[in-house]
Amino acid sequence: MKFTKLATVALTTLAVSAPVVADLVFPSLSYRTGPYAAGGAPYADGYADYFTLLNERDGGIGGVLTAVPECETGYNTAKGVECYEATKGDGALAYQPLSTGITYQLIPKTMADDIPLMTQGYGRTSGANGKVFSHVFNFPANYWSGASRIINRIMEENGGTISDRNIALVYHNSGYGKEPIPTLKALATKHGFNLTLIPVDHPGQEQKSQWLQIRRERPDNIILYGWGVMNQVALKEAANIRYPMDQMFGIWWSGTENDALEGMGSHGYKAATFHNVGSDYPVYKDIQKFVVDAGLTAGDGSNVGTVLYNRGMYSAMLAAAGAANAQEIHGVKDITSGMMRDGLEALNVTNEFMAAAGMPEFGPEFSVSCSNHGGPGNVGIQQWDGNSREWKLVGGFEAPDMELINALIKADSEAYAAENNITPRDC
Amino acid sequence: MFYRESGDFKKTYQKDSQTFPIKFDRWRYYFVMLVAFVVVPMFLTDYIANAVMIPFLVWAIAALGLNILVGYTGQLSLGTGGFMAVGAYATYKLMTAFPGMDMVSVILLSGLITAVVGALFGLPSLRIKGFYLAVATLAAQFFLVWLLNKVPWFYNYSASGQISAPQREMFGVIITGPHATPVAGYLFCLGFAVGLAWIARNLTRGRLGRSWMAIRDMDIAAEIIGVNPLTAKLSAFAVSSFFVGISGSLFFSVYLGAAEVTEAFGISVSFSVLFMIIIGGLGSIFGSFIGAAFMVLMPVLLKNVLVGAMGWPTDLAAHFEYIIVGGLILIFLIIEPHGLAQMARVLKEKLRLWPFPH
Repeated sequence: MKFTKLATVALTTLAVSAPVVADLVFPSLSYRTGPYAAGGAPYADGYADYFTLLNERDGGIGGVLTAVPECETGYNTAKGVECYEATKGDGALAYQPLSTGITYQLIPKTMADDIPLMTQGYGRTSGANGKVFSHVFNFPANYWSGASRIINRIMEENGGTISDRNIALVYHNSGYGKEPIPTLKALATKHGFNLTLIPVDHPGQEQKSQWLQIRRERPDNIILYGWGVMNQVALKEAANIRYPMDQMFGIWWSGTENDALEGMGSHGYKAATFHNVGSDYPVYKDIQKFVVDAGLTAGDGSNVGTVLYNRGMYSAMLAAAGAANAQEIHGVKDITSGMMRDGLEALNVTNEFMAAAGMPEFGPEFSVSCSNHGGPGNVGIQQWDGNSREWKLVGGFEAPDMELINALIKADSEAYAAENNITPRDC
Repeated sequence: MFYRESGDFKKTYQKDSQTFPIKFDRWRYYFVMLVAFVVVPMFLTDYIANAVMIPFLVWAIAALGLNILVGYTGQLSLGTGGFMAVGAYATYKLMTAFPGMDMVSVILLSGLITAVVGALFGLPSLRIKGFYLAVATLAAQFFLVWLLNKVPWFYNYSASGQISAPQREMFGVIITGPHATPVAGYLFCLGFAVGLAWIARNLTRGRLGRSWMAIRDMDIAAEIIGVNPLTAKLSAFAVSSFFVGISGSLFFSVYLGAAEVTEAFGISVSFSVLFMIIIGGLGSIFGSFIGAAFMVLMPVLLKNVLVGAMGWPTDLAAHFEYIIVGGLILIFLIIEPHGLAQMARVLKEKLRLWPFPH
């Protein structure tokens, strides 16, 4: 016990002395270690670099400098909670944990602490219901819209009918991978296709038995909900059994440069995406000039322009837009996390706005309201080109089966509200 | 000078057989209790409670439970994560099915449910021993996690298989959920930790504990002198699982508030609790606490030193954490193979004689 007390005393002094460097704080719960580092590092780089760009180019947001303190979670929920507790006292305005597991931990905590939780393309899908989840913002698209868009795409490719098809979902056996199951089940009932569920346990390095099953059953399509090393292994196994790559669809977390195989191995593999691809945007010139050339990159700079870097940057841009919006609404420069929430709830992203931010048509147009925190859910389809080694957009940003998704969101969020005694907001 | 026994006369058998027969020990114990119950709550912040003290107490309870099985009864188990998961899911089911039930009953009932499950998985221990038993309990770990993941009833058919703890109060004070104050959660866990440590200490001093130790030291000899291996082993599994279940229950309801079985209760949890008791000291109550402290506090302390005070990049610090903690484990085990508790014991022997060498 003596040792405990000593350590506690030492910890207290250290925790108290954490410095507050700037006024607008956007903590980054990143993971640059562990089996998911390949995905976590570029995302964290993009997130941090965008705020660095704002500081260097515009002098922050509305003239107030931003800061992005990083905390390593290793994709581990307990460490995520520790990071949250360690950083929330520094005036944190919004959290983006890039982990569905940590998101589930933080949903009740952020609601109690009045800090918005932004989960772009991950997290709890029913968080889109702003009446129940007042502090969760998962625009512009979520797991369910991704799943529905993939099914729509499969329908398009097969002349509008898929009632005779067998579709297999290969998923990371965690909260993240299980999220699309209710939607896919509902869609299977609606369209009459046959759904097979094939779970892969963390971290997903071993998938022999799963692919043996696929080899035996030969599903017509495969939907992949993987992350980190699991994606590469799945694509490699698919190539080994000569599964037709163009019949395989990944969610956006399975559609990065890291996942594609060497050579032509995964040529034709498709993935959903909620933002555009490539680095041909004006904002990259600024990033090159103000961040990379100035030697201020968060990582080693090698990730600039990759899919996950783009996504991190896009999320940072949305957070910054929310902060600027909050400054305008409340007429205060040094906003609090509560004001930040109001700013996000009144967010209106137009094409003009995106163009002004140097990212024309990078993401969809959408506006957030008190009841809808999920945006339109428009999802595009990208395809891997093994020749040029890059992702290309092959399907436009179209709305999924929102009627079905909204019904599921309503049911799931109301179940959460009932379990946790939350009275849905009136709006 | 310290631990003086002279002049400390016991006039009754009861006093003679008390837990801390030496006056200095007793006062030190009272002092630790005073610090834990009165002083620490005064300085508790959200961070200290949720990142340091509550996880420490929760892991200490798990280590206590595993120590009963491995340290006192000699049955090597790798199923701790699975049993913690049973405790957590039992708590979730009880909390959502009976919203009016008070938290103490919920947690004790979760412990009892885990005890039943644990005793069930303890049955093979009657036929298999040593490393083979470790493999059998490893099967329990994988089976339980698989089961809780597979059957949607356990997580109330939620979309992602996540369970989250609703808000519950006790005497008007919020214990679980996001609005719980750090002090409430800490004192709640502390109450369980102290109570369970007290039970463990007294069990191991009594008939049951002696039968466990007899089985551990030589099971055939124990059988000959009349210890029933069935009751001894199964009771060890049941009591151990009861402790581990309570720890899983607190882990889910008070500490994290939400959990996902494969991530929170995987095989790494089983190993980490096993390391706690090996580093702390097998067959020692104090060792369970100090082992948990080492495994929980060291990484947090290092992280704060490396990132907070020295400003290292987070990934570099995370990797160095593993190196330093791993190195320290090696050093401690080389200096004292019987764990930190044995170190404390040696220190105590030295202090008894100090400042005279003989």
